Amino acid sequence: MNGPTPDLDRVFHALADPGRRTMLERLAGGPATVSDLARPLSMSLPAVVQHLAVLEASGLVTSRKQGRVRTCQIAPGSLQRAEQWISERRTTWERRLDRLGGYLARQTPETENGSSS
Amino acid sequence: MTERNVTHGTFSLERTYEVPPSRVYAAFATLEGKAAWFDGGEGRTVVERAFDFREGGTERAVGRWDNGTVTQFDARYFDVVPEARIVYAYEMRLNGVKISVSLATIEFKPAGKGTRLLLTETGAFLDGYDDAGSREHGTNFLMDRMGASLGRELAGA
Repeated sequence: MNGPTPDLDRVFHALADPGRRTMLERLAGGPATVSDLARPLSMSLPAVVQHLAVLEASGLVTSRKQGRVRTCQIAPGSLQRAEQWISERRTTWERRLDRLGGYLARQTPETENGSSS
Repeated sequence: MTERNVTHGTFSLERTYEVPPSRVYAAFATLEGKAAWFDGGEGRTVVERAFDFREGGTERAVGRWDNGTVTQFDARYFDVVPEARIVYAYEMRLNGVKISVSLATIEFKPAGKGTRLLLTETGAFLDGYDDAGSREHGTNFLMDRMGASLGRELAGA
């Protein structure tokens, strides 16, 4: 359950709620306490705790308690599997256009006539 | 015996690149430019390449992937308006089997200092095949690219 590769179903379930996404967006900026997370949300503290439990079960977020304060942080690399899954569904053309963008960016702009040295 | 069927599909993609239309167009209109992004990446060997970019001209790209899969792209250009529009039709073969016949339109539109590229494609996908070989290897390529981009992200954090 708390292995290094979070289950994809749980990840997408966790991401399916706008409140949980707001919490993730906040945590992407750095660790935060539960009350930090609750502040911008029009949500009771128990509701935030419940959402946090879903985020933790998905492996996207970890938290630890020090004294009476629970601090949460986003798990590094935890979104990678979701990103990977989505990326794998991209079409041949989407990948080609990505590559085209890379090629155009690599070309040196000083070659006005478009030929490379 | 192969079951005969056709699936039709149309899709559009749009990208904005931070270079003027002349540069984006050149990446379609010159062999050097097009080979840089179209021909696949690591794990694919170019077996045959022909490029006659003009109205009525044809293009061929045959490649063999490391797993032995051979893909063949044969196109004919029907409409070429420099820095503005390219219309071509092509067939794709996978290990010699024709898997699709498509009509592609590429439009280049100025967007500030950059270019908005519009791609519209309509295809007839034959007998249940899709571009599986290329998809598999494209995915591997993407993994590497994604790894690199994630590396950059971490470095910039």
